Amino acid sequence: MTFVAKPKVHHPKLPLNEIGLTRRDYEGPVSTLCAGCGHDSVSAAIIAACAELSLPPHRFAKVSGIGCSSKTPSYFLSKSHGFNSVHGRMPSVATGANLANRDLYCIGVSGDGDSASIGLGQFAHIVRRRINMLYIVDNNGTYGLTKGQFSATNDKGSTSKKGAPNLYEPIDLVSMALQIGASFVGRSFSGDKKQLVPLIKAALMHKGFAFLDVISPCVAFNNHNGSTKSYDYVRDHSGSVVVTDYHLPHEEITADYAPGTTEDVQMPDGSTLRLSKLDDSFDPHDRVSALTYVQRRQAEGEVVTGLLYVDPEASDCHEVMGTVKRPLNEFEAAELCPGNDVLAGINESFR
Amino acid sequence: MNETDIHEPNYFHKVVDCQWACPAHTPVPEYIRLISQQRYTEAYMLNWDSNVFPGILGRTCDRPCEPACRRVRTEEKPVAICRLKRVAADNKGDVSGYLPRVPTEKNGKRVALLGSGPASLAVARDLLPFGYEVHMFEKDSGGGGMMRTQIPSFRLPLEVLEEEVDMILDMGVNVHFNHEITSMKSMLDMNFDAYFIGTGAPRGRDLELPGRAEVSDHVSIGIDWLSSVAFGHTSKIDGKVIVMGGGNTAMDCCRTAKRLGAESVSVVVRSAFEVMKASDWEKEDAMGEGIPIINNRPPKEFVHENGKLKGVIFECVEPVTGEDGRLRYEPSGEPDVFMEADHILMAIGQENHCPWIERDLGIEFDKWDCPLLDDITLQSTLPKVFFGGDSAFGPENIIWASAHAHQAAISIHLFCQGNDLKADRPPEGVNLISQKMGVHEWSYDSEFDPKERQLVPHADKKIALSDIKVEVELGFDEALAATEAQRCLNCDVQTVFTDKLCIECDACVDICPMDCISFVDNAEEIDLRQMLTAPAANLDQDLYVSGALNTGRVMVKDEDVCLHCGLCAERCPTNAWDMQKSVLHIPQLGSYAE
Repeated sequence: MTFVAKPKVHHPKLPLNEIGLTRRDYEGPVSTLCAGCGHDSVSAAIIAACAELSLPPHRFAKVSGIGCSSKTPSYFLSKSHGFNSVHGRMPSVATGANLANRDLYCIGVSGDGDSASIGLGQFAHIVRRRINMLYIVDNNGTYGLTKGQFSATNDKGSTSKKGAPNLYEPIDLVSMALQIGASFVGRSFSGDKKQLVPLIKAALMHKGFAFLDVISPCVAFNNHNGSTKSYDYVRDHSGSVVVTDYHLPHEEITADYAPGTTEDVQMPDGSTLRLSKLDDSFDPHDRVSALTYVQRRQAEGEVVTGLLYVDPEASDCHEVMGTVKRPLNEFEAAELCPGNDVLAGINESFR
Repeated sequence: MNETDIHEPNYFHKVVDCQWACPAHTPVPEYIRLISQQRYTEAYMLNWDSNVFPGILGRTCDRPCEPACRRVRTEEKPVAICRLKRVAADNKGDVSGYLPRVPTEKNGKRVALLGSGPASLAVARDLLPFGYEVHMFEKDSGGGGMMRTQIPSFRLPLEVLEEEVDMILDMGVNVHFNHEITSMKSMLDMNFDAYFIGTGAPRGRDLELPGRAEVSDHVSIGIDWLSSVAFGHTSKIDGKVIVMGGGNTAMDCCRTAKRLGAESVSVVVRSAFEVMKASDWEKEDAMGEGIPIINNRPPKEFVHENGKLKGVIFECVEPVTGEDGRLRYEPSGEPDVFMEADHILMAIGQENHCPWIERDLGIEFDKWDCPLLDDITLQSTLPKVFFGGDSAFGPENIIWASAHAHQAAISIHLFCQGNDLKADRPPEGVNLISQKMGVHEWSYDSEFDPKERQLVPHADKKIALSDIKVEVELGFDEALAATEAQRCLNCDVQTVFTDKLCIECDACVDICPMDCISFVDNAEEIDLRQMLTAPAANLDQDLYVSGALNTGRVMVKDEDVCLHCGLCAERCPTNAWDMQKSVLHIPQLGSYAE
């Protein structure tokens, strides 16, 4: 924990974004997580992504459950709306928030305990319902807040800090999300912002349910030699399958890309996702082959990262349900409660 | 880029911008911390050790440290370093117990110091503890040189001057006051083992303009006039006074004239306001006392009638920046200006002047009449003769005189002991000491304080202008000093990185408020500077580059705007970052007498 607050002073040449804010304006108070926690890097990546997209902080709803991961929404976007909910129940609150105000950018932050154990049912159903949001799991494979028990995403055979092996099969949230119908699925690593920031940008701008599984090492309890979620292990065993870059509609695409097949995906808002595939056998638009690819590589002991699946034409919950186009808070009392005559008319239609 | 060698003394020395800019390399952050702990005597002695005249410099220093202060780069206004130095001097206790002991038994070597200004005094202080018999020759009746004769007492009270001068003279200097030296040859005949010439730049420049010869009764050379005021020979100036020149001497002249009863005082400068040599605060104080500073007016002619000065005709010019970026002056087209004057004070510069050194003694001079010296040893072409202060390389200031004196004293000592002046010179060094006291505990006040620079209180203007002995600046009281001291960023507490411990978790990158830290692939410096979290545009500030990390990347820290807040070390899970105080060892005779 850090007791010294981060001072407000910033680099004299810190750039302003299109709405006149600096990256620092997207920060929150200083984190109380352990020094070196991967979750803080994920928060920093969210801050960078939102600042680079020039999104107004007050148009965000950030929701979370319980756990180290779920504390992190406090530490970014301090000028936005937030709800720290019950353990495993973030999806319910996110669903409610999104139904009530569809214009807000919704970020849900959860952890492997919050989503893969107590909240697994809620997780499955929010994916199904295609809530238009970014759902991030800070995945460290351990219960850090209760001092290092294995979580449901911990790999079989991986050991605790004291050396005891994990005897159970892991739940892979990426595979689940692919299977149940998420329209944007990616995996990344908290120690690789070069990959993570563009993924968050693309996920935020994706219409539909975007899921990011971010491996985020627990420095206190799961960053040792027997761990498969340590900084060293992930760096040694992870491979990006596709390099993703997100470009706003008016941005010139100038970056150089590694050799491989490059494909530009046009997003509904006019922005561009540039995908550089590093393995030609991989197709990020084919849900089944993506699932197979991820699982095959996983069986070989590898952690596949990058944008694994995207459907740019996806629909979201509001489209499926045909809801009203305006956020509910914009309705006047007369519209929300049109009176007895209208009610009588509705009742009459059922007779 | 290659991995940075932080054990090379200059690396972290450069990070302590104030200390690096100070010619005497005074450990500024260390004494500011002592002041904030109200340990004024220790703060004073730390200053005394390196710059010799803390009380005097705390009022009169040219402050090269302040424009260098890191706070200029983070939020424009530097820490009021000079005024804090004065706080140490004003509040110090008895220092006698801290002064070096001077052996009663001498080492048999005799050294002559010519002049009693800051350079000679500092050489005396450095040599006396080693048993040298030191003789000081001075043409005036008291010690201090230009500090006594050229700095008016409303800026430097006599008792402050005399306390620090006497502190050294009382260590056992054999003083020969009222001893004007007219011949270096006769000095050499006295057979001292070494000679130190610290006679300053005592000749004020004059202007050869039409009418100059006719009005000589009404024209005074600034430094000579100030000197005659200092010794009480002049106590009055009548009529309208024009001060010509734009340096600190001009400011001292105009403010002194105002106090001695001049009907009106104006400063006329040939160049633009921004490029005047006078320190900003001296200009501000003069203008604050109602003295106009008129710029871009080169003088053309003295107007006189029957041997009496009537005034001066000035041309009107305007500054133009040429293609080479240098300032030139072109006629502005306005007609010449006539200004009435009864007296002119000429403060347009000074030069070295040693007519008393015969040119056949083996002491060679260059074409500008400056002695030929070795830059490091300050030895002249006659091996037993050394120079320092303004007489060495031309007019500078007191703090440079102290710096020269330390080098000259080392040289004189090595010379008298038969050692080589260069090969046997003691080296610089640096010690790095961790400041970690425990979890979240650092031995220094690491938190950034956003307060603005504190203003120094001034004496009531009416009283100050009526008496030349009333000091204008009152100095910080203890409360103001404590507030100002907190603004210091502790730049000597360094961010030290150990690459072997780093797990590349990015915690330091994320927490750094100034975006100083980056983890990137190594490259040439010019490219690397563009690849960082915040591009490192200030080429005067170094990049701190680690060895290769596990991923093959390197840690690169731009030292430019680091607040030394220690958050990187706070957030580092493996102690790869640590805050370590860099204690610099600048060779000084005293430091190897320990």
